[in-house]
Amino acid sequence: MAGREGAGVAVTDPTMLPGAPGEGIAIDVAEPGRFATEEMILNIGPQHPSTHGVLRMVLTLDGELIRDAEPVIGYMHRGFEKMAEVRDYRQIIALVNRHDWLSAFGNELGLVLGVEALMEVEVPERAQWIRTMLAEWNRVLNHLMFMGSYGLELGAMTPIFLAFREREEIQGLLEAATGGRMHFTYNRIGGLKEDLPRGFMKESARLVKVVRHRLADYEGLLLGNEIFKKRTVGIGKLPGSVALEYGCTGPILQAAGIAEDSRKTEPYLKYSDVSFEVPVGENGDSFDRFWVLYRRIQESLKIIEQVHDKLPSGPIIPGKMPKNIKPPEGWIYSRAENSLGETGYYIVSRGGKEPWRVKMRTPSFSNVSMIPYLLRGVLVPDLISVLGSVFFVVGDVDR
Amino acid sequence: MTHLSMIPAIADSHNVFLGFDFSNEWLLLGLKLAAVLVFFLTAPLGIGYAEHKILAHMQARLGPMEAGRFHGWAQLIADGVKFVQKEDIVPSAADKAVFVIAPAMVLVPAIMIFVVLPLGPNGFWAENMDVGLFFALAISSVSVIGMLAAGWSSANKFSLIGAIRGAAQLIAYELPLVLAGAAVAMQAGTLSLPGIVEAQQNHWFIFPQFFGFGLFLTASLAELSRPPFDMPIADSEIIFGHMTEYTGIKFAFFLLAEYAGIVALSILAAVMYLGGWKSLPFINFIPGPLWTMAKVGALAFFVIWLRATYPRLREDQLQKMAWKYMIPIALVNILLTGIFKVVF
Repeated sequence: MAGREGAGVAVTDPTMLPGAPGEGIAIDVAEPGRFATEEMILNIGPQHPSTHGVLRMVLTLDGELIRDAEPVIGYMHRGFEKMAEVRDYRQIIALVNRHDWLSAFGNELGLVLGVEALMEVEVPERAQWIRTMLAEWNRVLNHLMFMGSYGLELGAMTPIFLAFREREEIQGLLEAATGGRMHFTYNRIGGLKEDLPRGFMKESARLVKVVRHRLADYEGLLLGNEIFKKRTVGIGKLPGSVALEYGCTGPILQAAGIAEDSRKTEPYLKYSDVSFEVPVGENGDSFDRFWVLYRRIQESLKIIEQVHDKLPSGPIIPGKMPKNIKPPEGWIYSRAENSLGETGYYIVSRGGKEPWRVKMRTPSFSNVSMIPYLLRGVLVPDLISVLGSVFFVVGDVDR
Repeated sequence: MTHLSMIPAIADSHNVFLGFDFSNEWLLLGLKLAAVLVFFLTAPLGIGYAEHKILAHMQARLGPMEAGRFHGWAQLIADGVKFVQKEDIVPSAADKAVFVIAPAMVLVPAIMIFVVLPLGPNGFWAENMDVGLFFALAISSVSVIGMLAAGWSSANKFSLIGAIRGAAQLIAYELPLVLAGAAVAMQAGTLSLPGIVEAQQNHWFIFPQFFGFGLFLTASLAELSRPPFDMPIADSEIIFGHMTEYTGIKFAFFLLAEYAGIVALSILAAVMYLGGWKSLPFINFIPGPLWTMAKVGALAFFVIWLRATYPRLREDQLQKMAWKYMIPIALVNILLTGIFKVVF
């Protein structure tokens, strides 16, 4: 057979299909004197360990150099926006929990804030403070997850286990309050499902100390690690202007040097009553994105501590909330700084039990759309370094 | 030592019941090779289990706890049984003959290196070759052919990339490995491994060959594709490199070869730099082979520790490190060794 001899050397027979049984891969090698090699199309995903689910990347490779990259999304489209049109608002809270499963509390918060504004409901002080605190705990949970998995993608296997050590305790805390470990469904239109359990504040205060103390582990294993720096500093540089063009928000935008954070620029809940900083990166590279994540955890812990001091007593939901939530006719766009960036819900009500339309604006979608910009001209190993630092949840991309 | 062959009754007859004829070279060879094989099959299990447990405890986990009741000691045996049971898949587009033979091409050199490794004094080795060090370093790099064969024949782009990376890495790190070995050979004045140990009677070579030791250890990590040099099998980007398409016992062979490689290169490092079976002063009542194994254990712990600590280097960074730093340092090391050898 012609192919057997040809395997590894120039395969000139055009009728020979690449990958015919027993032939190995057919690869054309350039003629002498012309050093360009044949480009290879490599599919990364949809089933691949570093895509956090089912994102698919179609790479055009020259050796290990990426000539072009195209993210293919939609493998996890679950039709949340359409489903929301046939659910009442109570049910939608459970629904929005699930499109970005790593920031469930933040999602439901965005939705209820919108509906409450539409209905002009006065949310009790205590409920607002508790929401602020739990949103920050959720942010810590989310960021720990991404810090751990980023290490794993770069080949450091320890941080992910340490992240889960912390996450386990925080999830236990949130479970005590909400009954859920991942999908909390703790918010209600107008307030919260129920008050915090006894001992919650004490445990929360303890955990703030524990997590803050253990953050040093990540500093040693990742931020201060020579090899980690070699793999991330200067890799995947994103200028602030490009980040804005693609609509990136949250840690990505902040790492690119733009201190946009809707907790600061358009404070909701009690964020105007607590003090915290918005960390800003200098170079917009992978290292900065990771560093911003790390700093955001510290700031979240700071906010949680302030909530501990300021939490008032009182009701957690107005006594006169109707059983059937029917917002008046109208529309609203509510934005909230979620863990990965700005999550927006555009809610159109026709006065019925169900919304007429719910449009979600999710941070992961914008982040993923920016990936080709970062990937052109980098090496395959850097693909991982870039992909892992453009924080996204596939469910949040596809909705 | 009294040979059984000295007893006339036994020496006369060739098929004696119970009386092994130890003058028979073939029998002796067979026994030694059997011992090598047994060591080859058991020592990596020990390292593998230690890796499971050490990594787990460094990572706030427990590791295997169930198999064999006591702290999961039998986990790797269970794993082995599982691998045997797995379906043996050969991809339809694969080059079947090469695909099947590749694991053997990796495994056989991994066994053969044990033939020359000395574990203790007075003949506690299978073969004392005059060029033992040369043989060990040469045979340890043969496995790259199996790696390339596996990657090429799998008909998988991830395998191919992994194999090419592995080959490039092995070629780059073979040089510092051999150059570090050359400095040791100069220092000892011999290429025989037991001879090198005997030359460390007064002081271990880690002291005069400190840089050589660092180079050797780093290069052997790269040779084994162990973290932080595990780019050829980087699971987060190219799945498992050249092993991606392998299943069942063939896959287990690759893993066995990797762990046997850790044992072999740890023994080699212990022999070359840490005085082999030489004891520390005042505690020389402990037999030599135990000393060797203790040193091997310490080195293997270090290898495992690195895995828990470091991310992996990028392929071009690996190459840069080898060619721009390690090889020049190794050459300077040889030069200095030569000067010291002549002066003192």
